[in-house]
Amino acid sequence: MKQIYFDNAATTKVDERVLKAMLPYFSKKYGNASSLHLMGEEARRAIEESRVTIAKSIGAKYKEIIFTGSGTEANNFVMKGLFFKNYPTKNHIITTKIEHDCILNSCKWLETQGAKVTYLDVDEKGFIDLEQLRTSITDKTIVVSVIHGNNEIGTIQDLEAIGKICKEKGVLFHTDACQSFTKVPINVKKYNLDLVTLNAHKIHGPKGVGALYIQEGVKIVPLFHGGGHEFKLRSSTENVAGIVGFAKAVKIANNRDVKKMKKLRDKLIEGILEIPNTKLNGAEKDKRLCNNINICFNNIEGEAIGNFLNSKGIFGSTGSACSSKSLEPSHVLLALGMTPLQANSSIRLSISKYTTEQEIDYVLKELKKIVEKLRRISPIS
Amino acid sequence: MNQLKYSKKLMKYFKNPKFIKNIKNPDGVGEAGNIRCGDIMKMKIKVKNNEIKDISFQTFGCPAAMASSDVVCELAKGKTLKAAKKLKKEDIIKKLGGMPPIKIHCSVLGIQALKKAIKNYEKKSKK
Repeated sequence: MKQIYFDNAATTKVDERVLKAMLPYFSKKYGNASSLHLMGEEARRAIEESRVTIAKSIGAKYKEIIFTGSGTEANNFVMKGLFFKNYPTKNHIITTKIEHDCILNSCKWLETQGAKVTYLDVDEKGFIDLEQLRTSITDKTIVVSVIHGNNEIGTIQDLEAIGKICKEKGVLFHTDACQSFTKVPINVKKYNLDLVTLNAHKIHGPKGVGALYIQEGVKIVPLFHGGGHEFKLRSSTENVAGIVGFAKAVKIANNRDVKKMKKLRDKLIEGILEIPNTKLNGAEKDKRLCNNINICFNNIEGEAIGNFLNSKGIFGSTGSACSSKSLEPSHVLLALGMTPLQANSSIRLSISKYTTEQEIDYVLKELKKIVEKLRRISPIS
Repeated sequence: MNQLKYSKKLMKYFKNPKFIKNIKNPDGVGEAGNIRCGDIMKMKIKVKNNEIKDISFQTFGCPAAMASSDVVCELAKGKTLKAAKKLKKEDIIKKLGGMPPIKIHCSVLGIQALKKAIKNYEKKSKK
């Protein structure tokens, strides 16, 4: 059976060129970058070259980039590291209702440690209200953390406008850019960013490697204590192959692929919206990630759609968390003002640079049949 | 987001449900469910001589909910009302070849909808 992978917001295929760049660092150039001999130096050089590549891609200096084990780790580090650096003088964190679980659950845990957290609302497309942000900032505020491109609905926040407010008010500004990295330009100077979370496996790099931009001068407490790796901020023997793969993936990423994805995304969205009683969740056109499609198919359930797609070899994901461990509808979709019923009737399809027009046509054809079938069985109309 | 692992039997019921014809002029109708976790089931029954002659369902829900609905119909059809009322969630789960623990409530919902349909019939027939 055909296999159509439309779950690229979850993870992506490693690009062959990335894999090739990584391979020598497993069994040939396997030195520890902290060793002073030749093999250590070889590994160190590979890491530092990768650091430069990643720094350049967001307009940062090389010493402002540290490598981590994942985006989740980088986000945990930001929230906890900044809180414990500033507490109890300052104890306030501002974030949004549509963050990834690693930010939200870090904040929830920090609330048990004395933090006060403001979770900003979003409008029906997923944008935060800049005035609410402005009025939420107090003299106790440590950091404002806003996801750049949302992982579920693809909405891209206006980092420049948010950064301006943060600078005016003198608070730190962090963004989780795991989904948007290489798809939407980020410039840390232009946007006044103090911290940025990045990762490799969403951009055809390997799993198990992330990066964090920390502007020079920002004080933060490390999560990991040990040998003082990564400018004393993240002890752990470096994942050399992973880091090399990450940098290669960044080098390969290009605007041509983004344009191609946008075109295919819009074809898929337009095709699906031809099915009666469907709605696009999240923002449109240039305010939406080039690879994200999230649709509410009113009156039929997302997991049921997902399973039928699965049986046709089409791998997407439900917009709701009902299929995972929790039975609660997606917090992101609810934050848009959708009802639990609408949230549970949604699915996410996320494409990649490998997606073809034929795949889009096939998905559209099958999806129409599935929706028709499930609507016939639905008690709701 | 991960897909739950369902048994082959459950997926078979889900993909090819037999009791979705939507009975016209039913003798009893019952609805159960909670939209927060995403399942609503509606059952319609035809009754003759205290026996469920025909039954159909409409379900908004996940594969487990759909499959549970179909199995409830399969087990209830041909049974006396008294016997149908005795159906337990274990009967459904067994017939489905097991269910993920967080989906057990789907089997309960199917039985609730059936029982409500029987009650609805009994209420109507008393009048």
